[in-house]
Amino acid sequence: MEYQWNWGVFLLPSAVNDGTYLDWMIAGLQTTLLLSLSAWVIALLLGAVVGVLRTVPHRGLAFGATAYVEMFRNIPLLVQLFFWYFVLPELLPAVAGNAFKALNPVAQQFVAAMVCLGLFTSARVAEQVRSGINALPRGQKNAGLALGLTLPQTYRHVMLPMAFRLVVPPLTSEFLNVFKNSAVCSTIGLLELAAQGRQLVDYTAQPYESFVAVTVAYLMINVVVMLLMRKVEVLVRVPGYLGGK
Amino acid sequence: MFGSYEFDWSSIPGSLSFLGQGLMVSLEITALAIVAGIVWGTLLAMARLSSIKPLAWAAAGYVNLFRAIPLVMVLLWFFLIVPKFLESFLGLPPGSDVRLASAMIGFALFESAYYAEIIRAGIQSVPRGQLAAAHALGMSYPQAMLHVVLPQAFRNMVPLLLTQAIILFQDTSLVYVSALADFFGAAYKVGDRDGRLVELVLFAGAVYFVLCFAASQAVRHFQRRLQRA
Repeated sequence: MEYQWNWGVFLLPSAVNDGTYLDWMIAGLQTTLLLSLSAWVIALLLGAVVGVLRTVPHRGLAFGATAYVEMFRNIPLLVQLFFWYFVLPELLPAVAGNAFKALNPVAQQFVAAMVCLGLFTSARVAEQVRSGINALPRGQKNAGLALGLTLPQTYRHVMLPMAFRLVVPPLTSEFLNVFKNSAVCSTIGLLELAAQGRQLVDYTAQPYESFVAVTVAYLMINVVVMLLMRKVEVLVRVPGYLGGK
Repeated sequence: MFGSYEFDWSSIPGSLSFLGQGLMVSLEITALAIVAGIVWGTLLAMARLSSIKPLAWAAAGYVNLFRAIPLVMVLLWFFLIVPKFLESFLGLPPGSDVRLASAMIGFALFESAYYAEIIRAGIQSVPRGQLAAAHALGMSYPQAMLHVVLPQAFRNMVPLLLTQAIILFQDTSLVYVSALADFFGAAYKVGDRDGRLVELVLFAGAVYFVLCFAASQAVRHFQRRLQRA
């Protein structure tokens, strides 16, 4: 039996009559992008804070930050996702748990996926921020302190402006990973790109077309993010450093 | 801080052997993918560094393609699409279930792209003079790679290869999408059956954490010893 290729399948009206199958794919792409970008914002903010805390000369804070990173790095993403989606709402105080369960199902999936992906990625961002801070010459911190700045001021005005710029190139791969990891969220029923592709296989009997389309979409995301990050890298690079002017 | 949830851990003791079997499946997949990943990854890395341009391009294309696609997508490709392809084009009898084997192969092919990059960096960390010296001694290229370059490259890479192995072990949980009963799949099944998903997900997370944390501490310790040596 010969396979019947039919790329026109995307223009057919969907089985439940809510537009074409192409609309399904676009909806999936939008969910993937929205989820990944919002998780990335969470990851950058939290990761910057935790990364800084890992380098401060305070045992309690540094230990807490290290525990945070190890926690998120040593448990598979899938298990973390199930934790946020299935477990935490049960354990929260009744008010918060019920508020979560009162959301519509799509919002529940999205919020759980966003928090999960954001925190998971923040641990990785924190590691990069930490190594960026540690890569600074020791003299910078000492010079800041010698000028009479307090330690927080030294971080704020001397070390972090440099460290954050040094960290941009290694963050590119973490940014790419957010988009790839977002595909895991299809397992809780969130209809992002991968899930839409799978759904199309069930509805259209055109598995090759839908999977090729989804794969190409991920490749395109990859290329766009890389080009974007290359621009950002040029913008923030530090003269005199490797890769600098 | 906890709400009114009442924990009931009683479904775990009775299921330990089932969960243990799942853990064995996870470890088997890990071991298989590590071996396949290192062998295939070494070949890919050598191809990528080859002076035969088409070979180098093909290897680069392979590595970049697999590194750009989510693992979930790769597993779905190899679980849903490739078996259908094999059935219709190779004329396999429709009853033969190749889906699990196919998913496993997809997993190994995916992970080897990551290994290839580590190994390529390892090979490049060996000074060029080593290869020249081997050639001067009359060794052929395969002999020089096998006896001179690769042993040194692998020695440099050991910590990275081990770290990647821990990531790979965590990745195996994603075979969940292919209905293979790995450790997490087993935990989910027990939790679903007894209505105790909360306890089982927490238990699975704790087990993964203990295993991966212990392994990564061991790698760190080993790395420090290697640096001192």
